[in-house]
Amino acid sequence: MLHQLTVAELTDRLDRRECSSTEALEACLGQMARVEGQLHSFLSWDEADARRQAAVADAAIASGAYRVERPLLGVPIALKDVFCQQGQPCGCGSRILQGFVSPYDATVVARLKAAGAVVFGRLNMDEFAMGSSTENSAYGPTLNPWDTSRIPGGSSGGCAAAVSANECFAALGSDTGGSIRQPAALCGIVGLKPTYGLVSRYGLVAFASSLDQVGPFTKDIRDSALVLQSIAGHDLHDSTSLPAPVPDYRTALTEGSLKGVRLGLPKEYQVGGMDPEVTAAFESALKQLTSLGAELVEVSLPHTEYAAATYYIIAPAEASANLSRFDGVRYGLRVDGSSPEEMNSRTRGAGFGPEVKRRIILGTYVLSSGYYDAFYVRAQKVRTLIRQDFLQAFEQVDAIVTPTTPTPAFRLGEKSEDPLQMYLSDIFTISCNLAGICGVSVPCGLTRSPRLPMGLQILAPPFGESTLFRVAHAYEQSTPWHRERSPLS
Amino acid sequence: MAYLKGAMEYEPVIGLETHVQLKTRTKMWCGCANVYGAPPNTQVCPVCLGFPGALPVANEEALRLTVLTGLLLHCEIPRFAKFDRKNYFYPDSSKNYQVTQYDRPSTREGWMEFEFDGEGAADGIARVRITRAHLEEDVGKSTHFDRHSGVDFNRAGVPLLEIVSEPELRSAEMTYAYLKTLTQLLAHAGVSDCDLEKGMVRCDVNVSVRPKGETRLGAKIEIKNMNSFSGVRRALEYEIPRQIAALRRGETLRQETRRWDDDSGITEPMRTKEDAHDYRYFPEPDLMPFAPTESWLEEMRARVPELPLDRKRRFVRDYGLPEGDAEFFRHHVELGNFFEQAVKAGGASKPLANWVINTLVASLSAQAKTVADLRFTPGQLAELTELTASGRISSKIAQEVYTVMWDSGEAPNSIVARLGLAQVSDAGAIEELCRQAIAALPGPVDDFRKGKVAALNSLKGQVMKLSKGKANPQLAGELLEKLLRAG
Repeated sequence: MLHQLTVAELTDRLDRRECSSTEALEACLGQMARVEGQLHSFLSWDEADARRQAAVADAAIASGAYRVERPLLGVPIALKDVFCQQGQPCGCGSRILQGFVSPYDATVVARLKAAGAVVFGRLNMDEFAMGSSTENSAYGPTLNPWDTSRIPGGSSGGCAAAVSANECFAALGSDTGGSIRQPAALCGIVGLKPTYGLVSRYGLVAFASSLDQVGPFTKDIRDSALVLQSIAGHDLHDSTSLPAPVPDYRTALTEGSLKGVRLGLPKEYQVGGMDPEVTAAFESALKQLTSLGAELVEVSLPHTEYAAATYYIIAPAEASANLSRFDGVRYGLRVDGSSPEEMNSRTRGAGFGPEVKRRIILGTYVLSSGYYDAFYVRAQKVRTLIRQDFLQAFEQVDAIVTPTTPTPAFRLGEKSEDPLQMYLSDIFTISCNLAGICGVSVPCGLTRSPRLPMGLQILAPPFGESTLFRVAHAYEQSTPWHRERSPLS
Repeated sequence: MAYLKGAMEYEPVIGLETHVQLKTRTKMWCGCANVYGAPPNTQVCPVCLGFPGALPVANEEALRLTVLTGLLLHCEIPRFAKFDRKNYFYPDSSKNYQVTQYDRPSTREGWMEFEFDGEGAADGIARVRITRAHLEEDVGKSTHFDRHSGVDFNRAGVPLLEIVSEPELRSAEMTYAYLKTLTQLLAHAGVSDCDLEKGMVRCDVNVSVRPKGETRLGAKIEIKNMNSFSGVRRALEYEIPRQIAALRRGETLRQETRRWDDDSGITEPMRTKEDAHDYRYFPEPDLMPFAPTESWLEEMRARVPELPLDRKRRFVRDYGLPEGDAEFFRHHVELGNFFEQAVKAGGASKPLANWVINTLVASLSAQAKTVADLRFTPGQLAELTELTASGRISSKIAQEVYTVMWDSGEAPNSIVARLGLAQVSDAGAIEELCRQAIAALPGPVDDFRKGKVAALNSLKGQVMKLSKGKANPQLAGELLEKLLRAG
């Protein structure tokens, strides 16, 4: 079945003319027809547009287009509802963007298209990427393909569920505090958060500008490197993107051994509340890494305990300003009022969901005069300390390994009444964003009953994606977990 | 000050926040054109419309013009500046925050001098300290129709410089003079066109009054909505007596923002301190801090033009010109440059200044030409003044030489030689002409002999006439006198 292939497998077949892009797309659409009713990964998709793109790709392949120039030629890839794609809706899982059709392509979308991908479909998410379960979507939750009574994680839950269920070959998501790695772990696929500044944010609807980063959801590490290669690199439209050449990530995928690689185990990450099966899976992953030749070293990240508090000041502060533009004046939802102020507050009152409102209020509060120094300024200082923790640890080790999440996927509604519990599902992932480093989650096991995936998180220094790929690829190739597919796949 | 009425004398303290649109080709954060007068919402893109996902990229030229302004205003240029978000909801703001520079502006702590006679000035010059000049973005423009409102975002994202003065202005007149000079200076340096009609300059005035001698400031009243300099002056002429009268009545003034109504000529309350915005400034995470390097600053310093007032002072100091001449050259930059080149070529400054200010200006305006059209060089004008100074030609002949030079660009020495215009200083030749003059004009001769010395002038005129203007007039006078006294 074509839709079950990885990106690399599909491009091989396309290049050998054993299948067409159109057939690959139809396989995805067929799979969507079978499982969407149970999963709700997608908010919308434009079949006609996707078919047009696939036909163009097929024509290019037929006329002998070079794979090296267009590495993703003919590959159907879907987008989290947070990226602008010209002529397509972009709703961020929110009512406030109802009816908005983007007039431009995000840089990553333009790069996917330039690489030949068939870009289609809007994947469900927590509203404005605020959440860890996709339950905060204004259009209803996405469900986990391994167990549809459970959440797929979030905020990019639609991405993780869709790739896990083979509804698309890969997807682009955004990660502000774990929104790629956490759902990837809970759905048993690979999710990468690149270093801040490696991938352009232009056209990614901002949640927290200094933390947001775009990354791929894929079925294995090779695909992750392949997609990153196509979207990474300096962008003149994003002042925070790094003006430096992108390394060739394929070279990181050749080594099977981890001899000479030092992996750090942060002692502060041995927290209470861990699911015993997650602990066991993590320990066996460590054994596996050792058997591949890696050396395990205990490291200290002393400011870890402040990460969640720091994150929940900085992210809402930036969000409170980023989300101000949704006012009913220029696009999206408008609820009329007798004055501009009334229109504004009615529109925002009706357009935003409770979690978004909670964070806007939180962010507005921490930036208010009289509180700014005690909260925002202090949080920025702690953020610098957290970054220094990691940079110091990376002087001793090549990468750091942790579980991606403390528990496997939880049940729908299990944590949605308790924001604090929900926030804690990101404890292993948020420091990475605060520190501006890179991280990836790879599947590292399944719980016994029900069978639920768990993830191993690997963190590397800024622009250390090659290290991530080397360690993750060696681990993945020596274990069966990435070949495990969900019942709905 | 004219506010001395009761027992206590009050003085106003005025500070200005002047917003000036920068003269850049494109807007502050995007590639949209920075133009005035286009049909509504035609100069817009996802960035300046605040569309989801759009990001700003700072306009380099706007950063340069900001620093250039800082240098013109003798400001410190910090090696680290950054942008911040100023949060407030208003329909004409496309992001509902304005990107500005809050606590680390690109320029700070400077001063500006301007000509002004009155309190706060010494020797006709006033100096006002500049708190800062920082870069920010303009907002759109709301228009209110019958039953709805519209916003034109063409102006949104146009680079805007806010120049903040210290509260050191002492009167409406002084404020007016400050604004005039400031905008002339920015226009002169190419920072802004400063076209008030097009809304390129807008200012907010902070004014308070206090008993004379008091050093603490009174309650600060901010006045908004003045769209001309005379509006600023009128608003102050209204507001200052209003505040003084209130204090005299025993009222307490409170910090507030007032709106100037140009039609009725009064200020009205807009909002008090209690309902002031909390702008919740924080660093703009979408932009990198701005850290100018030494070589970049060096380029900016090279771009700083001479300030008009400095130019005037230099012309007095370096060329010994009277104030009036220096004032002329301050305003007529091209002619001033021509004058300076002529001095450099070896001419004497005062005669050159006279030539330029009197003769050259007259001929340029008569023929509607500019300095660039001139056929002769500054060096040739210097040569001409030298010919007169050395006595080789008379000033009358010099005018003739000038006319030829104007038409052809031929060098004065060559003209004099070719047309044989050199002054005759040969005593024998002139004496002969003097005899002819005495013979021809018996009347004046008679008068002179009777003691009427002025009669000599007619005889001298006759000698000049006979010599076709070439005779050395001084020599002719001496010889005439000798002959008359002898005879």
